[in-house]
Amino acid sequence: MGEVIVITSGKGGVGKTTTTANIGTGLALAGKKVVLIDTDIGLRNLDVVMGLENRIVYDLVDVVEGVCRVKQALIKDKRYDGLFLLPAAQTRDKTAVSPQQMIDLVNEIKSEFDYIIIDCPAGIEQGFKNAIAGADRAIVVTTPEVSAVRDADRIVGLLEANELRNPKLLINRVRIDMVKRGDMMSIDDIIDILAIDLIGVVPDDEKVVISTNRGEPAVNDEKSLAGQAYRNITKRIQGEDIPIMNLENEDGFLSRFKKLLGFKTT
Amino acid sequence: MLIDFSKIFGKSKPSKDVAKERLQLVLIHDRANVSPEFLEMIKGEIIKVIQHYMDIDEGALDIQLTRTKSEDGDRVVPALVANIPIRNVRNAGK
Repeated sequence: MGEVIVITSGKGGVGKTTTTANIGTGLALAGKKVVLIDTDIGLRNLDVVMGLENRIVYDLVDVVEGVCRVKQALIKDKRYDGLFLLPAAQTRDKTAVSPQQMIDLVNEIKSEFDYIIIDCPAGIEQGFKNAIAGADRAIVVTTPEVSAVRDADRIVGLLEANELRNPKLLINRVRIDMVKRGDMMSIDDIIDILAIDLIGVVPDDEKVVISTNRGEPAVNDEKSLAGQAYRNITKRIQGEDIPIMNLENEDGFLSRFKKLLGFKTT
Repeated sequence: MLIDFSKIFGKSKPSKDVAKERLQLVLIHDRANVSPEFLEMIKGEIIKVIQHYMDIDEGALDIQLTRTKSEDGDRVVPALVANIPIRNVRNAGK
């Protein structure tokens, strides 16, 4: 029986979709059978982040309305074995799907996949309720900013109120140089405030922008530090005990100097 | 890189500390606002426990989550403030 994981955050723009794409691709690379569901109806983006935007025929709303079967709407990612995408509809709104329909949908496909990763829209309204309805567990994405952490706290409360206990925290776009200067909250500061378990820390990495430009998740980029972070998170999701990456060493003077000279440091 | 003299002489604290303090404050408020049911639950439990020892005026019982100065005086911390009017203390405990 597959496990359903919702990726949520409250605030927009902190990296939910990028996280969904990378975790999903990472799990597929690890040999798992994975489906990614974009629940951001009206503002779909997981398709472009995954580079699958030209292959959409049917979408989530078509499936729940019975226009097509689930199998017909699933886009198979030809680059990664066992990876599928169920895109959101672009010309409808969040009310086109109900939480019960989401529960029915995941229950229908659960037995055929190892993981179902749900990309949640920003906000706490209907779209959020739909996204969390069928989930077994939740990953809350935040960045080291006051606004994002505040919204994450609200989301943790709402998840727990909806019986999604013990959500895990993913801190995205950490800039270790700024943390060292005292101009960005550290991992410990954020955990201190939110008081939930950490599943991973993703450093701010230009390579994520580049890989998103190309529609190829960074998790597959051996040289990307963020890619390494996502690979670690993927392992933790599967139950492996991997220590949190020490970012301090990665951005030190010596490693930057080595990078300048063309040595591989990661 | 420019040297920030105010930091060296300790005139201003690091911006991340400011961020953390502001967050802690705003979250106390956010968290206190979200769940009246939660406070009702606490209220029910407190009434049950106290009734073992004394006779209280349940209707006038008031519980709030609020903020207060910490003991060392330089932080604001969350506090659960309960106002419980006692009618009569029972002697059973003696």
